[in-house]
Amino acid sequence: MTKIGLEIHSQLTKLESKLFCSCKANYREFEPNTNICPICMGLPGSLPRLNQKAVEKATMIAMALNCSTPEKIAFFRKNYFYPDLPKNFQITQLNIYGDTSVGGTGVIMVGEKKIRITRIQLEEDPGRLIYEGSSEKNQITLVDYNRAGTPLVEIVTEPDFENPKEVREFLNILSDLLENLDVSDPSLEGAMRADANVSIEGGNKVEIKNIGSFHDLEKAVHFEITRQQSLHSRDIPIIQETRHWDDKRKITISSRSKEEDLDYRYFLEGDIPWVRIGKDIKEKLKSEMPESINSKKQRYVSKYGIPVQVADVLSSDKFYSDLFEAAHTQENAKEVANIITTDLMGLADTREKRESSKLKPSHLKAIADSIQSGKIARNSAKNALYEIVKTGKELSDIISELDLGNVSDESELSKIIESIISEEPQAVEQAKSNPQTINYLVGKVMQKTKGKADPKLTLDLLKKQIQ
Amino acid sequence: MNIKISALQFTRDVKSGNISAEDFVAKTMEQIQKIDGNLHAFLSLNDKAVDQAREIDKKIKSGEKIGQCFGMPISIKDNICIKDTKTTCASKMLENFIAPYDATVITKLKQQDAIFVGKVNLDEFAMGLSTEFSAYGPSKNPWNTDYVPGGSSGGSAVSVRAFECVASLGSDTGGSVRNPASFCSTVGYKPTYGLISRYGLISYANSIEQIGPLTRTVEDAAFMLNLIAGLDSNDNTTIDDNNMDYLKDIDSGIEGKKIGIIKEMIGEGIDPSVLSATKDAISKLEGLGATCEEISLDMVKYSVAAYYIITATEAGSNLARYDNLRYGYDFSVEGYEFNSYIEKARKKLGPEVTRRMILGGFVPSAGHAGKYFLKALKVKSKLTRQINDAFKKFDLLISPTVPILPFKIGEKINDPVALFLIDINTVTANLTGKPAISIPYAISNGLPIGIQLVANSMNDKLLLQAAHALEKTVKLPEVPV
Repeated sequence: MTKIGLEIHSQLTKLESKLFCSCKANYREFEPNTNICPICMGLPGSLPRLNQKAVEKATMIAMALNCSTPEKIAFFRKNYFYPDLPKNFQITQLNIYGDTSVGGTGVIMVGEKKIRITRIQLEEDPGRLIYEGSSEKNQITLVDYNRAGTPLVEIVTEPDFENPKEVREFLNILSDLLENLDVSDPSLEGAMRADANVSIEGGNKVEIKNIGSFHDLEKAVHFEITRQQSLHSRDIPIIQETRHWDDKRKITISSRSKEEDLDYRYFLEGDIPWVRIGKDIKEKLKSEMPESINSKKQRYVSKYGIPVQVADVLSSDKFYSDLFEAAHTQENAKEVANIITTDLMGLADTREKRESSKLKPSHLKAIADSIQSGKIARNSAKNALYEIVKTGKELSDIISELDLGNVSDESELSKIIESIISEEPQAVEQAKSNPQTINYLVGKVMQKTKGKADPKLTLDLLKKQIQ
Repeated sequence: MNIKISALQFTRDVKSGNISAEDFVAKTMEQIQKIDGNLHAFLSLNDKAVDQAREIDKKIKSGEKIGQCFGMPISIKDNICIKDTKTTCASKMLENFIAPYDATVITKLKQQDAIFVGKVNLDEFAMGLSTEFSAYGPSKNPWNTDYVPGGSSGGSAVSVRAFECVASLGSDTGGSVRNPASFCSTVGYKPTYGLISRYGLISYANSIEQIGPLTRTVEDAAFMLNLIAGLDSNDNTTIDDNNMDYLKDIDSGIEGKKIGIIKEMIGEGIDPSVLSATKDAISKLEGLGATCEEISLDMVKYSVAAYYIITATEAGSNLARYDNLRYGYDFSVEGYEFNSYIEKARKKLGPEVTRRMILGGFVPSAGHAGKYFLKALKVKSKLTRQINDAFKKFDLLISPTVPILPFKIGEKINDPVALFLIDINTVTANLTGKPAISIPYAISNGLPIGIQLVANSMNDKLLLQAAHALEKTVKLPEVPV
């Protein structure tokens, strides 16, 4: 049986400041080495100043993943030398001297499958190494400490996955969950990184490090299983080793470094006293936690009668469900959900498009209400939506500018219908004997009016004129 | 002008207009010029000190609001950061490190119009008890310059005793304030862990060390504590003392107090003159209305071993950043081949620091932690339990600060174990976080002896009251400088 376990690193990108100082947690827009201070640079004499908000957010993640949460948490030093690590130790958490990390064991359901969480810990991200130079011999390594000290949550699972598909489903659930908690934006470059361990029946465990995104994580796992299976089929032993993910070539490569032999000399970080997270604090955090994806989904189905599949898609995406929450009324909820999932999701399918979209909840509400009152046809609504996303103009302006309003004038519509009837004698005959085929004629009217004919009125008039 | 006055006397005299801050500071700088070539307390001097004092005099004259220090000249151990000032830790590794920020204690003292006359000597990174491990040469004991001044805050003790400043800040990891205070005959006080912010103190063993004042009188120590104690958002380990006034009621005396005599600290290896001074102090305390009784803390015999294992472990981590890449590097425009450069890393650290870094890499490592580091932590928690039990019965504990008299420069430098054992009476307060103070008590063959009092956590006020009461019974000859 194939066994896959994951170690996922998620930055808490939504926090204002770093884990131990007041530099920005979102370091991405800074020139190299400008988002730094004596603390995150580990200058002599500086001390870490724990960001309480980070502890709260990490605890929320643990609670959302159904993990146990201890009464008191502690921080440890992980000692190792690396140029991107200002102090030559990392402040992290550890569970070997009792459960003192933000999260202990937990379970999360991926479809019908139980995935066990081993632990969740809060730690600081190191700086970033940038390699430049034309050849291996000429390589220069640059260090940018802007990232050093960014709050990071490490989520470790048991080896409960059996194939890349389960991994992908888990990652989808996890990234939706993190986004819904408003702790992290998984789409930001480098916000999500992972290590994986993979073993197939009869082989040793192989660790894959340095996977830079969820997308690549699935690919890496897939590659590694295939690689191991092909070795196995040729009776070549699979050795226990650490491999690195090469994100340019999309393959895993054996790392010659002896990383697994490192002795981290873990010990308690004396500069940060134990942090109590008592029942009172947990209750408070629970009350501040955004509604879970599951509860949202159920509410959408039971309160508004939104179909399960639509509710599923809508609830798992924070951006769209926030839009829905702001735009809907009890009456138009189904329509709003429909517009978001069938039209909007296609229009704003990337991060850039979402960010540049000019659409406001009030726009959505206006569109849904107009469809329901018959002011605008669905087709035209889609065109209007496209314009609004681009320009942010009011719906009423767009309707008049682009002449998208429904043709609901009876005499005007009757004229159009008359001409269709004369153009399609065969279809008219058919409709007389088989009333269901009348829809073909409705379609023709729609074609001629570019979708603007009021569908109900068209049908009534057609029926009247054919008889 | 007399510069041999206490800190409190100085502030009273300047406030009343008896003396000017400028004259006093100028006189102090003269004293440094005159004698420091011989004593070597200072690693660097503040050449603007007199100008700063003049500014303070101006402020006083014009009736501006003035801080409680009134331009008092203070020396600072060279492991505490002062902005835009070299902070070397007496190491070649930080020879050119100019701190870009002020330690919290420095910020607070600046707000009170203190003047920093200079940075003073220590054992490299505060590891040692004689200043002989300073990369810039040892300081000399002002009572007899053939002898060590104690350490690691040796420069602080020398500068206070030899009137090169009025008060000093040192740091105490295992006795580094109290040991030189005892050897040089000054007051040396290590407060409860967390009472003074460590922000800006370059860490050696961060879980047990504290900044502490070295002063001429116990009252001065209480005065300094008033200025620098309290909660600091930059140091998560600080505790709130509710702005306690440690000077108020310092004359309360010790009548009715129960004092425990720590048996393990007056036994084997103690110098007879130190023992008789201790006995004398005990009878003086009884004369003041206290009751004294022996108590055994048997974990004390493991305390030095535990202390060196814990401090080495933390030092190995705290000093890991000094890797010759970020600090202490030679700069060559051609650059270096990485591996050959790494080989040279840490060559700039001296022998004692190197020894402790190697020990610190070993004792907490996988396969050895159980035998050493984890066992040391057990000793620490057992010792804490024992001393907490003792404080259920006693208000204070007493012992000599150091079991021996100051030794000669060079006498013990090649015997690290013998040096380690000298810490036996001081490390307990650090391992347990308790406040402890050393006060000058006697002179034997021209060399000082200090007496140590220890109180329970956050009983610093009681500790200072008791030390003040005992201090008043002492009359010592003047230092021959």
